[in-house]
Amino acid sequence: MKLLNVSGSPHVHSDESTKKIMWRVNLALVPTLIVAIAFFGLNALLISLVSVASCVLFQWLIEKFILKTPSTVCDGSAVVTGLLLAFNVPATREMIWLVIIAALVAIAIGKMSFGGLGKNPFNPALVGRVFMLISFPVQMTTWPKPGENLFSMVSQPTTDATTGATPLGLIKENGVQAAGQVWDYFVGNIGGSLGEVSALAILIGAIYLLCRRIISWHIPVSFIGTAFIFSGILWLCDKTAFVDPLTTILTGGIMLGACFMATDMVTSPMTKAGQLVFGFGCGLLTIIIRNWGNYPEGVSFAILLMNALTPLLNRWFKPKRFAN
Amino acid sequence: MTEIWSAVLVLSITGAIFAVVLYFVAQKFKVVEDPLIDEVAEVLPGANCGGCGKAGCRAMAEAFVKQGNMDGLSCPAGGAEVAKKVAALLGCTPEESEPKVAVVRCNGTCTNASAKTHYDGLQDCAFANSLYTGESGCAFGCLGLGNCARACQFDALSVDPETGLPVVDEEKCVACGACVKACPRGIIELRNKGMKNRRVFVACRNKEKGADARKSCSAACIGCGKCAKTCPFGAITVENNLAYIDFNVCKLCRKCVAECPTGAIHAVNFPPKVERPAATPAADAAKPEAVTAETTTNNTTQA
Amino acid sequence: MKTFAMGGVHPEENKISTAAAIEEFPLPKTAVILMNQHLGAPATPCVAKGDKVKVGQLIGKAEAFMCANIHSPFSGTVAKIDTCKDAFGLAKPAIYINIEGDEWEESIDRTPDIKRQCDLEPKQIVEKLKEMGVVGLGGATFPTHIKYSIAPDKKAEYLIINAVECEPYLTSDHRVMMEHAEEICIGVSILRKALGVPNAYIGIENNKPEPIAVMKAMAAKFEGIIVEPLKVKYPQGAEKQLINAITGRRVPSGKLPIDVGCVVSNVGTSYAVYEAIQKNKPLIENILTVTGKKLAAQHNYHVRFGITYNDIIAHAIGTLPETTGKVISGGPMMGKAVSNLDGPTTKGASSVLVIDESEATRATESNCIRCGKCMNACPMGLEPYLFSALVKNRRIEEAGQHNILDCIECGCCFFSCPANKPLLDEIRLGKNLYRGILMAKKK
Repeated sequence: MKLLNVSGSPHVHSDESTKKIMWRVNLALVPTLIVAIAFFGLNALLISLVSVASCVLFQWLIEKFILKTPSTVCDGSAVVTGLLLAFNVPATREMIWLVIIAALVAIAIGKMSFGGLGKNPFNPALVGRVFMLISFPVQMTTWPKPGENLFSMVSQPTTDATTGATPLGLIKENGVQAAGQVWDYFVGNIGGSLGEVSALAILIGAIYLLCRRIISWHIPVSFIGTAFIFSGILWLCDKTAFVDPLTTILTGGIMLGACFMATDMVTSPMTKAGQLVFGFGCGLLTIIIRNWGNYPEGVSFAILLMNALTPLLNRWFKPKRFAN
Repeated sequence: MTEIWSAVLVLSITGAIFAVVLYFVAQKFKVVEDPLIDEVAEVLPGANCGGCGKAGCRAMAEAFVKQGNMDGLSCPAGGAEVAKKVAALLGCTPEESEPKVAVVRCNGTCTNASAKTHYDGLQDCAFANSLYTGESGCAFGCLGLGNCARACQFDALSVDPETGLPVVDEEKCVACGACVKACPRGIIELRNKGMKNRRVFVACRNKEKGADARKSCSAACIGCGKCAKTCPFGAITVENNLAYIDFNVCKLCRKCVAECPTGAIHAVNFPPKVERPAATPAADAAKPEAVTAETTTNNTTQA
Repeated sequence: MKTFAMGGVHPEENKISTAAAIEEFPLPKTAVILMNQHLGAPATPCVAKGDKVKVGQLIGKAEAFMCANIHSPFSGTVAKIDTCKDAFGLAKPAIYINIEGDEWEESIDRTPDIKRQCDLEPKQIVEKLKEMGVVGLGGATFPTHIKYSIAPDKKAEYLIINAVECEPYLTSDHRVMMEHAEEICIGVSILRKALGVPNAYIGIENNKPEPIAVMKAMAAKFEGIIVEPLKVKYPQGAEKQLINAITGRRVPSGKLPIDVGCVVSNVGTSYAVYEAIQKNKPLIENILTVTGKKLAAQHNYHVRFGITYNDIIAHAIGTLPETTGKVISGGPMMGKAVSNLDGPTTKGASSVLVIDESEATRATESNCIRCGKCMNACPMGLEPYLFSALVKNRRIEEAGQHNILDCIECGCCFFSCPANKPLLDEIRLGKNLYRGILMAKKK
């Protein structure tokens, strides 16, 4: 007979694993991916594939040749980064190869340089995106209009749809009256990055994650809630200068950011109170950057800034002790 | 032009004011410290190993200077050389002490003490020790999880994956004692380096009765006392079924080594005793310095 | 439905031996009685080699304060008095007995009649519990007479009987409630009298509807016994959590249940109390579950202490299945892995659990992803992930400041960790090191 195992208790383990969590997040991102392909055609699919493949490849190469540690690509975290990265770029043809650079930055600088999954202080996908936004501002803000019919990829493969602008870009340049229909925003029939256009698809994924208890409601609700309330106050103060709150939360990256990026376990606080503050900070910074910053969109910066605060939030907000 | 001059003037004035302020602040909060401390700290190894019992080399330097001599204080990591330098700075004679080295007193290798269970928990000796006896079933033997190796600041200890026991690199070991403190079972001891690095010691800590000890390890000391009877110098004592060789008394005659029925007594760094027909032992004998501790250990125990 | 305030997990219940009625375990040829089967100092042997002993005869006398008497569970001859390696390989003082026949002390009432009347005064009850060597059978084996000797400045308000059995697999409490409900209620009444409290609460988790029904029906016949069904959540059977679930009170850090007016005893203990007080039968046996997913049959036994694990396995299941990974004494969450099957069972042993190697091997550890599951699962509101990092870097005092000593070692953190970090191992190590630091400071 084999030798008996000996270890400290407990001797059983729940069926949770990092791998399971990451693949479930990937599953939650699928509806958004489908919508992106439906609206932006083959480009969207190619960008996503290239992004995921290069993230996985870079992680494998770094682990194999630089860190010389066993490979962890199977845990699916590189796939998550790849998908989120793809969701954060416009669906233009150039992006199909530019996203490789973004993937390298996200994986090499955003994640592996800190020691891999779990040790990165910033969301790797956002690190990649912000790098691109600063290095390739033109390419990163050239938005194709979503295709006229849902299967545009069949009728006009890989050709860019007419170049348009995001609702936020339009508003930034032309004022509030440029805002469109809330229903379009909700479904995602608007210009924008791959994954941020359809609030509906994002919500489906987020509800799945909530049911699986991979995310809790605290960060999305306080993020979106803060953005809604803060922009609502501004809108009530001056309806001609500020966007109405519903448009605010449905346009740009707030939905995607609040549901999938700010809730990244590694870079967000652990306690519920900390998460509420984290979400509040994200919402507040987003609105400030949108209204008074140079960029029309501020979600990535807001989340990265709050990522930097996460260790402090973890220190300030401790769980309530049973025995006190 | 005026802009330049006014800028120069403003900066000069503020500079002068800050200089005065800084001067007075420096006077006010001056810490009077013996410059000797810095000098002593300079000659100490600076590894902050804690082998002296102080928080670090700086604290040790303070202790030296405060005391003014070296009585009761010694830097095990620095050894005689550093002691000489410190003594020169302090103006006293260094305390004479034999150079020491860490010795692993367990021979529970994977073959001698085969695993009866498989340990599947935290790779930490202190925890495994609190949990149970360890894989071999010997409650006194090495657990092989490497707390000593992690404690060593001088990279002198490593766990041999073949035997599962730690190996001391005598060249690197400075006898700071960090591993002695790290071992939850008190297996490692600092012993005199000995003449030509030769040492004889009991490589076992098992205090159980002979039969019980043998059950978990074939190389265990069974407390039979043959060694104590053989020793012409009375260096060996047997207490609680365990023999111990006092390194201050031992004259390295190795009579006990031959007498021990289980091979629990180790003699290291001796040239092989018996001339053998094979070519390799002869080569070993020719230049014993080149022979590593482990190989000689094996030779002598087999002999 | 009541439960405790925070944290907790819900492991797979696996109560596969609930239907197995309690059987008498046959007598072996030899047995080894360890002298410390309880929390505290070992008892002193008071028989000599060659002595004839009877079942129930005192063989180990409690001399220290924190100690319990040990009685011979067998009749026969004392073969030797020596040390013996227990189930975890540690040598303990022990008495070896060659078993001959089954001759009991005359004072012990072996009739099946139930004796309901108890005329002893509270002090006498405690004294008799001490004499009979009764210890807590919930796992900690705390000597019962010490628990029921309430310091004059403290006052007990609640007696809580722990019949939660929140550990997966274990069914000994389940069976004892099904088969000895009346004895348990008499035992509880005796304990209630010893404490002088108006009410005793029996906490049972809701996944045991049959025992709840049986106990409720029986408790109705007694005064001041209330059966309290509880929501199923591990570790409800932990003392502090059970007190919280039933009374809403919280035992402060570093305090005992009596500091909030509570005394908690296991349901098995109350059965032992009945036998000790009413039947003059010292604590010589316990109900032991032999279970495991891969075993052909599941058993619940009346097992006398001192029978080796090997003997129990041999009788109950023959040989261990080929794919056995671990043998555990106790439940899978808090039990200890047996490393020496030649070791004897002791008073605290509640089960022999055979775990298959597919479940018994820990998965490889990976980086902490700061998901916070350990923290949310911790019933004490602690931060296991933080302890793990602090202990790894030997920042023990800092871990102490974060209340590492509050940890009740329930294992919820490791259970729920998706990165498979050995969190509880690290916390235990940290607790030991921190206690060492505190001791050094006291000196």
